[in-house]
Amino acid sequence: MLALRHDPEICKECPSPRCLLDCQYMEMGEEEARQEILKLARGEDSRLLKDCVTCYGCEEYCPYGNHPFFLICEMREKKGIYTAPRPITNQWINMTQMQGKALVGKLKDVALSSCVLPSLGTMASGEIFAGLSSSMVLGAEFMCPAVHTHFAKMSVLKERLPIVLGNFRRLGVRELICLHDECYGTFTSLAQAYGMEVPFEPVYYMDFLLRRLEELQEKLRPLELSVVYQRPCSNRWIPRKHAVAKKLLDMLGARLMERTYQDDNSLCCGGILRLIGGYKLSDEVQRRNIEDMARTGAEYCVFNCPACQETLGPKVAKAGLKPIHMIDLCKMALGEIPKGEV
Amino acid sequence: MGDILDSLKEILGERWVSNRPEELWYYSRDPGVLEPHRPDYVVAPQTPEQVQRIVQLAARERVPLVPMGNAMALTGLVIPLRGGIVVDMKRMNRILEVNEMARYAVVEGGTSQGALKAYLQEQYPHLRHSLPDAPAGTTIAANVALHGQGRLTQQYGFNSEMVCGLEIVLPTGEICRVGSPSLGPHWFSRGPALPDLSGLFLGWLGTTGIITKVGLRLYPNKRFREVEIFVTDMPELVPEVIYRLTHLELLEDMTVWFQPKPLMFKDNYHVTIYFTGDSQEEIEFKRKMVWDALQEFMDSKDGGFMVVDPLKPRLLEMPQRSVAEFADVPRGGGFEYSGPITLVEHFPRYAQKLVELAGKYDLLYAGTARVISGGHAMMFAISFAFNRADRAMMERVKAAMDEATEFALQMGSIPWKPNFMEQKMILQKMDPVTRGLIQSVRRLLDPNNIMNPGNWEV
Repeated sequence: MLALRHDPEICKECPSPRCLLDCQYMEMGEEEARQEILKLARGEDSRLLKDCVTCYGCEEYCPYGNHPFFLICEMREKKGIYTAPRPITNQWINMTQMQGKALVGKLKDVALSSCVLPSLGTMASGEIFAGLSSSMVLGAEFMCPAVHTHFAKMSVLKERLPIVLGNFRRLGVRELICLHDECYGTFTSLAQAYGMEVPFEPVYYMDFLLRRLEELQEKLRPLELSVVYQRPCSNRWIPRKHAVAKKLLDMLGARLMERTYQDDNSLCCGGILRLIGGYKLSDEVQRRNIEDMARTGAEYCVFNCPACQETLGPKVAKAGLKPIHMIDLCKMALGEIPKGEV
Repeated sequence: MGDILDSLKEILGERWVSNRPEELWYYSRDPGVLEPHRPDYVVAPQTPEQVQRIVQLAARERVPLVPMGNAMALTGLVIPLRGGIVVDMKRMNRILEVNEMARYAVVEGGTSQGALKAYLQEQYPHLRHSLPDAPAGTTIAANVALHGQGRLTQQYGFNSEMVCGLEIVLPTGEICRVGSPSLGPHWFSRGPALPDLSGLFLGWLGTTGIITKVGLRLYPNKRFREVEIFVTDMPELVPEVIYRLTHLELLEDMTVWFQPKPLMFKDNYHVTIYFTGDSQEEIEFKRKMVWDALQEFMDSKDGGFMVVDPLKPRLLEMPQRSVAEFADVPRGGGFEYSGPITLVEHFPRYAQKLVELAGKYDLLYAGTARVISGGHAMMFAISFAFNRADRAMMERVKAAMDEATEFALQMGSIPWKPNFMEQKMILQKMDPVTRGLIQSVRRLLDPNNIMNPGNWEV
């Protein structure tokens, strides 16, 4: 059985438990934070098991990469504690089951992964993806099972991820361009946390976009737009990649407006909060987030994650910002999507 | 026989009378599992007077008459069990009046649900009627005649309760108006403050006359319509969920459904909750009321609201196409259901029975319950899909349906739009005085026993 690589000694020696002190959904002082994470490390009951809303933030805050969030999930499951309602949890387990219905394109060395999100596959077109659009893999057989961490079902993840990795191994791809942060985070962070070997080189899609835009520089027209950026939860597993989004926006000529909830205090889109606890916290977080965006006067809200866009897009539109995915923004800079048409 | 054909042609003109085999083949069946039975003639009248003359002819000649809407009841109610004349009402399809202020419409007896919906959308966009989840070609008169339900049944009761006046050609050939239209030109009341004679025709499945006009209540059509789905894996929780939601008194429609496929629906019971509003504020207010009403179940982790955005375009369709899709899962497009009207508190036992029947007869199932009148009752549809090319599968469906009806009667429920065999089961179980009254009424109205014989026969 795969086991989480968590070292309780690191938590014991930690001078300042940022993992919990910086949490935006649980308030606690330094001593309480220290005690709670230690309780968890010892396998004891902790308020974290009840109160954590699964924003993934602590994975970013822990400077030692000791995986506090995965530990919370492990302990929740061990103690039979559900994050979301049980029928919702099981619905997600059922709907992401492998049924032999995956779509595999014409693959060579490089494949594009749109996880189980067909909308990503649709977006991966145009000159940026020239020669690659037909290299798509889509479906549960190639899905990163990261979503089950929201439901503290690490057993599902540990059962399915090795199968997914095996499926990729059989495809024989050398590089996998992950169009969803959750996939890239799974293959570069979560898999390592459980000692799983990844049989390909995961490529972060924004790195790929940067590279392609450099190649297409002659066609690139600066957008001269003001934007805000909605950072997704799974970006917390790969915090070093947060800077790539900024670099990309800069390259596109999109001015990233300063706002409160931008970097390590980014706010959840609210989708998962609603699913697991109801509308109250979700509405409150969305209100703060959107007010913060609107205050900047930005024209566009740029999304990285399609799920965030589906959840928050209509609401930011109501606040006067145009929702757009990063890939579409790149296409806009290449003239493939007219400005204003999103 | 030749005389009858000639007489019918004289009444309707040659084009609207047929005894050609290919047409009789079509009119001998419905899409359910019951055996077909050929009529002798098929006619398509266009006026109440033509209907009247057909009925007079049939009474004189003692020929059975079977009034037909769109033949989509699935339980063989328009299969001419004793032959005779099938009266296809579809040419009587005019919308005669919409009284905007009093919110009612008067339509002819063959007017389809889709026609009224389209007409209201175009001419009176702030009005609507209680549309059933049936194909758009099904008729309003047939729907009320069999106590159908629709999108507004949760709020206002059975669609038959929305009738506000009827015109019927009686089995003896007289044209009779029921309710306020019997006194004047306005179709605002089916009975009150008169004796409510509509009860002589609604629920009788065409055995007491042919409906030629229906007055139907209309209701406000709000600008926005929204949907949420509450999910639980505990069937015993469903009645309480419905109780709490109906207590709010602000929902449009509510259905509960469960099915084993696709996998995302496996092992859960889904309460689909519809609400409407004229502003986003009204919608959000109602949404919060719905969530608040069920927050306790979320906190206990026994239930929660699923993500509905990807499903919304389908869920908000009227009528929904999910039934047609379900019918084609085993290929061959067959679908049959038994829909007892029962207490909401019986939901868990019906759910258990459905799964048991599906297992016993090796059938693909779907369970759906529509809440009626704020929770006074529900219609629980025990549904099976089948392949029409597979006779053995159809036989298994038939057997499962019979067992479902037996179960429903044991539970004290009322089978909805029962086929002729189920009607017999109901009558056998019925209080003898009630059964006798039904017999007397039927004999009184139809002394020649010509109206849809084989149905509601004591």
